[in-house]
Amino acid sequence: MATTYPASRPGSKTHTLSVLVENRPGVLARISGLFARRAFNINSLSVSPTERPDISRITVTAEVEQVPLEQIIKQLNKLLHVLKVVELDSATSVERELVLIKVAADEHNRSDVLEIVHLFRVRVVDVHPQSLTIEATGAEGKLDALLRLLEHYGIIELVRSGAVAVMRGPKALSEKVIGSEVTGR
Amino acid sequence: MALPTPLQAFSALPKESQHEKAAVVSGEKMTGAEALVRSLEDLGVTDVFGIPGGAILPVYDAISENTKFRFILNRHEQGAGHAAEGYAVATGKVGVAIVTSGPGATNIVTPILDAAMDSVPLVVITGQVGVGAIGTDAFQEADTLGITYPVVKHSFLITNAQDVPRVMSEAYYIAQSGRPGPVVVDFTKSAQNASMFYSWPQEKILPGYNPVEKAHGRVLNDATELFQTSHRPVLYVGGGAVRSDAGKQVEHLAKLTNAPIVTTLPARGIVPESDPQVLGMPGMHGTIPAVGAIQQSDLLVAIGARFDDRVTGSLEHFAPTAKVIHIDIDPAEIGKNRVADVPIVGDVAKVLDDLIPKIEASQAEHGKPDLSAWWNQINGWVKDYPLTYDEPSDGTLAPQWVIEQLSAKADPNTIWVAGVGQHQIWASQYIDFENPHSWISSGGSGTMGFGLPAAMGAQVGSERTFGGKKPVWLIDGDGSFQMTSQELATAFQESMPIKIAIINNSVYGMVRQWQTLFYKDHYSATSLHDGDEPNHAFPTDVDTTPLPDKDQYDVPDFVMLAQAYGCIGLRVTTKEQALKAIDIANSVTDRPVLIDFRVWKDAMVWPMIAAGESNDTIIYRPGVEPLNTGEPTGVGTAAPTAASETTDQANQEEK
Repeated sequence: MATTYPASRPGSKTHTLSVLVENRPGVLARISGLFARRAFNINSLSVSPTERPDISRITVTAEVEQVPLEQIIKQLNKLLHVLKVVELDSATSVERELVLIKVAADEHNRSDVLEIVHLFRVRVVDVHPQSLTIEATGAEGKLDALLRLLEHYGIIELVRSGAVAVMRGPKALSEKVIGSEVTGR
Repeated sequence: MALPTPLQAFSALPKESQHEKAAVVSGEKMTGAEALVRSLEDLGVTDVFGIPGGAILPVYDAISENTKFRFILNRHEQGAGHAAEGYAVATGKVGVAIVTSGPGATNIVTPILDAAMDSVPLVVITGQVGVGAIGTDAFQEADTLGITYPVVKHSFLITNAQDVPRVMSEAYYIAQSGRPGPVVVDFTKSAQNASMFYSWPQEKILPGYNPVEKAHGRVLNDATELFQTSHRPVLYVGGGAVRSDAGKQVEHLAKLTNAPIVTTLPARGIVPESDPQVLGMPGMHGTIPAVGAIQQSDLLVAIGARFDDRVTGSLEHFAPTAKVIHIDIDPAEIGKNRVADVPIVGDVAKVLDDLIPKIEASQAEHGKPDLSAWWNQINGWVKDYPLTYDEPSDGTLAPQWVIEQLSAKADPNTIWVAGVGQHQIWASQYIDFENPHSWISSGGSGTMGFGLPAAMGAQVGSERTFGGKKPVWLIDGDGSFQMTSQELATAFQESMPIKIAIINNSVYGMVRQWQTLFYKDHYSATSLHDGDEPNHAFPTDVDTTPLPDKDQYDVPDFVMLAQAYGCIGLRVTTKEQALKAIDIANSVTDRPVLIDFRVWKDAMVWPMIAAGESNDTIIYRPGVEPLNTGEPTGVGTAAPTAASETTDQANQEEK
């Protein structure tokens, strides 16, 4: 609704959208341009190829109320390169993020940090006398908890991917794309 | 071969080697540029507007005397774009413009926005530098696709000549189907020059594009039920109904349900104004009956309308007691500004074709709802608050009077075109629109300068589709007209007998009106000094006559401007001259006629609702607010009785 723009509000429920798009130049520009133009703030966005070479998949998360969310989905559907938009329900889907954390860990506290690594079942991918680099994947909540624990050792560098998500069960979203293979481009 | 430059190495454009499609050898061999021209011919395009330039030269080289479409050379790309729009609205066909890269493309962005806002089917072909030069800041290079992303329905970049006919058939189809809109085809010069094998027709590959045209299932029954139980319905008809050519269906629905019709700016004339069920325009400058009916309705039927802020004013106070049936081909319009109780996605004409029999069946079973109280109330407004205007206090002409005379003296088949400003609203209020597609105006985007080129497009469309039997009158403002006046050259050289009424108040009138009402008469930057001194013209013989003071003559002198472009120019300061000049304009058939009507600069557009205010605060004329009861309207379900309430209100206001 006009009175609730910008559409995204901190504190609203986080929604995850999976957007199947034609795998062609400029698609991401059209989608990110749409978000900017319609004042939709998003939390994260990740793009990748899929099981089908003609289709890319964009996962978007945003804190947004239900009505503006519908408007976002409708506007996305108006883009011709968008093939399918599905809102993934956290109960019936798996959602993961990847984070790489460089922690300031030396001989005095390395074992403490490693204990946390162990507890969270994440991995160390680089060791240096003054640092440990940790690779962690998981849902947003788990990674947030991990980061909170590591914070007081000193985080030198942090990089975090956008969320990716997939529906549970045997079906693929691309099955719903009309006309199956997009050929001839 | 040399190593690729970094730009080439990272380029997202398809690499030559990936193009197995180059193996296509069936069809007629030609260049990409020739294929573009042939595609337009095969699409049935008969008229094209544009301006050539470096990056589109091969296409222009492919246009010759044997080309099946007429080409109209404009003087500015904005003119080409608006002309294509005017053509599209007048004929219902797709407007086509061909311009060059860089500044040629950026100059046409305004018409693309305009077409997006008003859902005008448009295909704009822009030249682009060769594929190898993209991204290098080459001469006249611009990222046309990137610049136009937010304002197009869709866009294409052609890097491979073989794609030309398919892309053109897709572009044309996208522009006119579903919710119409502008489509940009950015055509690299390398693809224009490359050879390809042409074949027609082409299979369109649009997996992500499936516009819904017919309504499904339950919603039509739900809508029928609402009609059956409504005692204060209103049909709120917008530009979508014009695009869908649904005039007959809207009229049928109105006769069937006895509901009043309000028509938004782009929908004026969709049902003849002489029909007593038509209450006029809603919104900021709407009529009291139209606005009153919407505000107090219990059922608002939006037909191809989008609840624009110029119609709704304050959304939360808009039609507060109405249930809403919203019919639109664009699902994203439904629920965007106002929640719909019955959302119906589909082509307006097709939806109404399906809805009308259901209402007929329902009425056969349950009878027609009694709307007599509703019509008593509406007729009270109609009687008490007709459109009215003040006579000028300084002896100039009343702009509204001029427009009334234009309407009275014009051929009933006239296509009316307007620029943007006060004159546009007066035109929408005081012209008797009797036919759909006879009113062309920039609505959503409010593009000053739209008028003259759009009128030219309408003229071309009239000549093509109606044998020139529909004359074209442009009503323009002195400010709006100057934004594209160079197109007079095109109009003259193409022998277009368009008639131009400059409603000249010597100021940016609409802005000045807001300055009067909301900025304490601080007339910041609104004086144009082009209509103040009717008796002083620039001396023709500068050798012997001393030059007058600079502030003693008007610039431009619209009469001399018209004459400089080979057109007939007439100046009018009295009613007598006005009537005579209109007759002259109506009789000229081979070139444009421009009439400089000197009108009152203090004339204001009434009624008016201040931006963002409730529709209930509509001001009929200063001091008269017939709908403002000081409390929300229509609370409770009983229909207010007859016209007594409003008459009382008017009496109070007069005290």
